[in-house]
Amino acid sequence: MAECHPVGFQWVMEAKARGAKVIHVDPRFTRTSALADVHVPLRAGSDIAFLGGIINYVLRNEKYFRDYVVAYTNAPVILREDFRDTEDLDGVFSGLDTDNRRYDNASWQYEGMEVQAASGERDLEYDKRTTGGGSETEAARGEAHGSGGADIGEGEPERDETLSHPRCVFQVLRRHYARYTPETVEQICGVPQDLFRQVCELVTANSGRERTTAFAYAVGWTQHTVGVQYIRAASVLQSLLGNMGRPGGGILALRGHASIQGSTDIPTLFNLLPGYIPMPHAHQGEGLDEFVQGEAARKGYWGNMRTYLVSLLKAYWGDAATADNDFCFDYLPRLTGSHSAYETAMAQLEGVCKGYFVFGENPAVGNANAKLMRLGMANLDWMVVRDFSLIETATWWKDGLEIETGEMRTEDIGTEVFFLPAAAHTEKDGSFTNTQRLLQWHHKAVEPPGQARSDLWFTYHLGRIIREKLAGSTDPMDAPVLDVTWDYPLKGELAEPDAESVLAEINGRAADGSPLSSYEQLEADGSTACGCWIYCGVYADGVNQSARRKPGQEQNWVASEWAWAWPANRRILYNRASADPDGKPWSERKALVWWDADEGKWVGHDVPDFKPTKSPDYEPPPDAEAADALSGKDPFIMQADGKAWLYVPSGLTDGPLPTHYEPQDSPFDNLLYPQQRNPVRQLLAKHPDNRYQPSGTEPGSDVFPYVATTYRLTEHHTAGGMSRWLPYLAELQPEFFCEISPELAAERGLEHTGWATIVSARGVVEARVLVTDRMAPLTVQGRTLHQVGLPYHWGPNGYSTGDAANELLHLSLDPNTHIQEAKAFAVDIRPGRRPRGPASVQLVRDYRARAGIDENTGTE
Amino acid sequence: MTDSGLGEELRTRPDAGHGNQLYGPQHDVAGAAGHLDAPPRMGFFTDTSVCIGCKACEVACKEWNAVPEGGLLLTGMSYDNTQGLSADTWRHVAFIEQRKPMGGQEPGVSHEGVDVFDAASRLGTDPASPGPGATAPAPDTATAPDPAPAGAPAGQISPLAPDGRTELRWLMASDVCKHCTHAACLDVCPTGALFRTEFGTVVVQEDICNGCGYCVPACPYGVIDQRKDDGRVWKCTLCYDRLGVGQEPACAKACPTDSIQFGPLDELRERAEDRVARLQAAGVADARLYGEDPTDGVGGDGAFFLLLDEPEVYGLPPDPVVTTRDLPDMWRHAALAAASLAALAVTSFVRSTGRGRR
Repeated sequence: MAECHPVGFQWVMEAKARGAKVIHVDPRFTRTSALADVHVPLRAGSDIAFLGGIINYVLRNEKYFRDYVVAYTNAPVILREDFRDTEDLDGVFSGLDTDNRRYDNASWQYEGMEVQAASGERDLEYDKRTTGGGSETEAARGEAHGSGGADIGEGEPERDETLSHPRCVFQVLRRHYARYTPETVEQICGVPQDLFRQVCELVTANSGRERTTAFAYAVGWTQHTVGVQYIRAASVLQSLLGNMGRPGGGILALRGHASIQGSTDIPTLFNLLPGYIPMPHAHQGEGLDEFVQGEAARKGYWGNMRTYLVSLLKAYWGDAATADNDFCFDYLPRLTGSHSAYETAMAQLEGVCKGYFVFGENPAVGNANAKLMRLGMANLDWMVVRDFSLIETATWWKDGLEIETGEMRTEDIGTEVFFLPAAAHTEKDGSFTNTQRLLQWHHKAVEPPGQARSDLWFTYHLGRIIREKLAGSTDPMDAPVLDVTWDYPLKGELAEPDAESVLAEINGRAADGSPLSSYEQLEADGSTACGCWIYCGVYADGVNQSARRKPGQEQNWVASEWAWAWPANRRILYNRASADPDGKPWSERKALVWWDADEGKWVGHDVPDFKPTKSPDYEPPPDAEAADALSGKDPFIMQADGKAWLYVPSGLTDGPLPTHYEPQDSPFDNLLYPQQRNPVRQLLAKHPDNRYQPSGTEPGSDVFPYVATTYRLTEHHTAGGMSRWLPYLAELQPEFFCEISPELAAERGLEHTGWATIVSARGVVEARVLVTDRMAPLTVQGRTLHQVGLPYHWGPNGYSTGDAANELLHLSLDPNTHIQEAKAFAVDIRPGRRPRGPASVQLVRDYRARAGIDENTGTE
Repeated sequence: MTDSGLGEELRTRPDAGHGNQLYGPQHDVAGAAGHLDAPPRMGFFTDTSVCIGCKACEVACKEWNAVPEGGLLLTGMSYDNTQGLSADTWRHVAFIEQRKPMGGQEPGVSHEGVDVFDAASRLGTDPASPGPGATAPAPDTATAPDPAPAGAPAGQISPLAPDGRTELRWLMASDVCKHCTHAACLDVCPTGALFRTEFGTVVVQEDICNGCGYCVPACPYGVIDQRKDDGRVWKCTLCYDRLGVGQEPACAKACPTDSIQFGPLDELRERAEDRVARLQAAGVADARLYGEDPTDGVGGDGAFFLLLDEPEVYGLPPDPVVTTRDLPDMWRHAALAAASLAALAVTSFVRSTGRGRR
């Protein structure tokens, strides 16, 4: 966190100054470790074993917050008899369809609930009816699972408040994690038992009624074939310890860029609409009502999905959206498959995807298996790159690696590449949404230089010109573009659209045009318009609430007048859980919101994340829907049952409980189960440049004996487009380097500041060598493991240059999020520089041959 | 501000003689330089115990002061690639990797069950604080296969067991011009390019400096430095231009953890005393202040530090003395020598005359 979020880390230092203990779990000793109380080096890719070990410690030593667990989690809920855990099936769950690499989650459901079939129109049922189950998994159902509220069917689940029923979630959890012992953790993660015990004791001693513990993570957890399950493991732990919805608790996702949070809220993702409403899939005869019925949970706040969606459609299409035409629901594009970044690259290779816009991203060196990205781009008709540096993605066609190796010739490449200079954030107005859901406005300081323009300018004027070209068209295909509201006021000589007018549109308007102040005001009848329901209120009273900058010293510790947090300016989500079931704070020390019986409402330091007047005694009538269907004791209001889920009956593609699987490429066997890898990880179409490696005791695995992980340095930003060109940053970290231990240096004859060549089955890179004690060899499964650290900022362009670590990566993805496994893979390292030209391709081929790699390796 | 004005004040001030003091405590450094009604002396307290090595200070300094880039060089000295203070680096963050108990960077750490200080004391005679780059193995051990059992550390400083590797400490410290109470650079400057501001800081006027370079060897810290392509000397101004409009220096503004604190020197000294006392009470015995003492060799620094190890570990001189401290004595000695020489010459002339007469 100190490395990649130094500004946010000031608050960790603030907490330390007040006595907080900081534990840093990372394969490397980083700038964060330097300021931590405890550094735990572990093998990259083994975190579920580590977290599972803590869960086991909590359960075995009765360290969980029992009152919280019984009241606020699904621990007491009883599962169906036909559910089978990994304990019973050698490391997989019931419902696995190995041929199609997917799970049918019917057997994961709660006892006493009618499963999804009852609602008839749910999208998964479409899948089954229309295609027999296979191809629609490819249609990215995984991501859409969680959005719109994971459904749990109809009825009331059976519960055992004593947590003793053998099929209750709590007992299933106990059995599932029983094998995650300190000895196993030591064997898998390389963490000595004493150190592991110290972590367990620190975390549990600092959790409960009086104290809370927070987890902060970044892509070190997400970029795995089991990335979502890493976060789930933390969720299980934090729910058991009672650390959710309470001050000082939570699981904090540290985002990789400014406003990456914003880019999922108002998404740049292919399968989401603003506010986490799923993008519709292509189905015959699916109208607005069928869509909502199919996608929305009936209970909890997602029961209001129709309201949010209709308001969104009104924001998009204004007067053209009426009740008679389903509010233009048919204008929305439909998904016919998965269109994630990597599948798009594969579609380019197949010649299906012909055009490509790249805004502020550098896939030619910044994406996993960078070579495949370049090969894909070489197969396009056209592409547009908008950036403020001449990044590799704009120049691979003349100076990319494949030109050097002879695999591509510039004159053979038909892609027409447009490079358009972009404005920096200091050159435009706009908002950042940060990791704690805080929208902060930034004002333009200077005009963009030369032809540089903001993304807003580009998008608005592109739309304007397209609309002018289509004007008068009666082709129904053009209607969504012609009817869209595209009327933002323009400012200044550059005709820059007014960014605040976009914010006002996102905030939403009442029928009379006045700004809304809360999503509770939204209507399903088309009388309100709102571009993103969770952002409703950011422009309350016609004031840009995100531009508020009242210093913290001038307000209480919640600091609710600094900027604006979605939803409804709540600073801590699900904060009803900070009070006990009766509405009293669990402890005075950790009081946040509570029920004031005299006033008949929830009050406190933060905005309550609960219906303000719903008493703790409220019990929903049987026919209640949406938020009214949750009781006064259900804090997790976006869930259909209002509970934190220790066990996930629905919403994940790869299992209801986090389970340790080895990374796609690993020098080790899975010590816990015969199942080596995530059985439903997403493997892309076979391609000679995307070969996987043998693992564990498979023959050839020893060709790649070291675990590698990629990461960022404070001095640079992601793939370097914003930093490698800047002399002041380039001089601070001038070259691509790898970090290795003195022991590995000795083993492989690598010299400090000399050169190393690093090889995987996909590619080869060279890096300067930094020998450092900060890389500690670990003892894993009885043998010494060395890890190689690879910052991934570099590429051939710019002022500071170097090879791109992403050349080494494969495309085996998390099945829920389609994210690459950049944080744990296996490589070989040797002294000296890499070969040039065709010889470098030959080197990789030789390695593949030595390891016996073919198209089926690692694809079971 | 003009030099002649300053000189005028100096000459007319009744206590102007006090201002020529070259050594020892000096409570009114701006007043001694002739500033009437000067604001309080301003300075930096750099608390390295909370530095996270982000280098925001280096970049903010360069951005604000338009300091040129210093060249691309991977030094291998941990994450330090700018090497030290120079004409083109006015803030510099040192990175020191040590096999020493971790946690010195914060208060209240405990190491139950492990006598880490004992472990540290068992490190080789090559100090536990070997300085930048010392974690690299010796060249011969780096290339030869390691005969030690797997997992044992290689290189020169390896008495700890493999699990001792967690007893690793990474010190980070942002260095800067010390703005000495007795600034030799200023004392030796023949053009008046270097001057004492009303804030008590020492600043080079780039339009007056003639590049003579006298100040460079005069600095006891090796801070002030000539820029190769123009010959003039450059160093931290403590953002004189920002101070003048009531803003803090760029580095302090950018520091996310308040490792760099800016303010009236008296207040900073109090804060620092308190901080070091708390650290020591929490068991961080190595915590010490550096450059805060008005009785030290430079009369105390305007920019002082909280360190977690000996100054040498950070590349700082252990006991700096203003190089002009002995200037009056030297002049006295020189005068005496001159007088002796003259007397000798006269004597020998007299003698030789006498001899001639004989």
